[in-house]
Amino acid sequence: MRFVAVIVAALAFAGTASAACPTVADLEGKFICPTCKTTLDQSDAPAARRIKAYLAERVEACASEEQIEDELVAQFGPAVLAAPPREGFHWLAWLLPLAGLLGAAGVISVLVWRWSRSRPQLATADSNGRRELDPELERRLDRELARFDSD
Amino acid sequence: MAGRLKLGAQVLALALVTGLFVLLVWKLASQDEGASRKLERGERPMAPAFALDRLDKPGKLELAAYRGRPVIVNFWASWCVPCKEEAPVLESVWSRHRDQGLVVLGVDINDLRSDARRFARENNMSYPLGFDGIGETSTDYGLTGVPETFFVARSGRLVCERIQAGVHLDENRDRFDECVQEVLSA
Repeated sequence: MRFVAVIVAALAFAGTASAACPTVADLEGKFICPTCKTTLDQSDAPAARRIKAYLAERVEACASEEQIEDELVAQFGPAVLAAPPREGFHWLAWLLPLAGLLGAAGVISVLVWRWSRSRPQLATADSNGRRELDPELERRLDRELARFDSD
Repeated sequence: MAGRLKLGAQVLALALVTGLFVLLVWKLASQDEGASRKLERGERPMAPAFALDRLDKPGKLELAAYRGRPVIVNFWASWCVPCKEEAPVLESVWSRHRDQGLVVLGVDINDLRSDARRFARENNMSYPLGFDGIGETSTDYGLTGVPETFFVARSGRLVCERIQAGVHLDENRDRFDECVQEVLSA
C-alpha cells in the first residue's frame, strides 16, 4: 500500500515538474535569431545555435518560459520575440488583424445580405405563411402537369 | 442608400491604400543607409554615436568620450570564429599605439553577455568593450556581418575604409596597417 502511495506521489511530482519546465522544442519557435531574423527552429546561424544552447541550459535548470523570455529580452531586446508581447502599444499588432478580419466579415455579410435581397422572388408567402408561386410559374406548372397527365 | 454605402467603401479603400503607400515612402525615405555605404562612396561621414553598457567593467562605453583621439571600432561576437583570430592583432595594435592616443573599442553585437565576457577573458582583450545585444549599432554602421572594423579620426569622422572579415587575414592585413597609419595622422 505504501509502495503504491510512493509511486502515485512520484508520478504527481513528475507531472508537475514537466508542466512547469518548458522544452527546447517549445521555445525555439518563440524566439528570433538576431542575425538572420527567422525563428530559432528555422535557423542554423552561429548566433541561433548559441541561443539554442542557452535555451537548453535554462530548460535543464527548469527555468520557466516567462523567466527565459525576460532574460533573452534583457539581452537582445523585444525584437528577439517571434510574437509581440501583449502589453501597451504592442497590443495593436494583435488587435489590428482581428479588427481587419471582423471588418471584412462585416462587409461580406452586408454584401451577401444585399445580394440575397436583390434576387427576383419566385415564390411569396401568403398570410398563413404558405409559399405562393409566381402566377406565371404557376400557370406553366399547371400546363406541364396537364400534359404529364394526358401522356 | 446603396450608392452612398458603395461610395463610402470605395473612399475607405482608397484612403487605406494611399495611407499604406505614404507609409512605404516614409519608411524608404527615412531608412538610414548606414555609415559604411557613405564611406564606400568616398564620403567622410561622422561616425554614428553609441553609448553601450561596458562588458569589461561597469559603466558606459561612449564613442563621444574619445573625440579628439584616433579610434578603431571593431564589431565582434563570441560565436564568430574570425573574431577570435583577429583579437590578438587588435590587442597588439592598441598596445603599440596607445602612446599616440590610439584607442581600440570593441563592440560586441547579437550576443549573450556571459558568452562575450568569457570570450574577452579567454582572448585577453584588454581594450574597452561595449555590449550591444540588440545590434542597434550594426544598423547605424551598416554592417553586413562580423567582424568589421572602422576607423574614426580625431574629428569624429570615419576615414579610410571599413575592413570586412578579420583584420588578421592576408588580404586585409596591409590595408589594415595603412588605415591605422591614416587614422593616426588624420
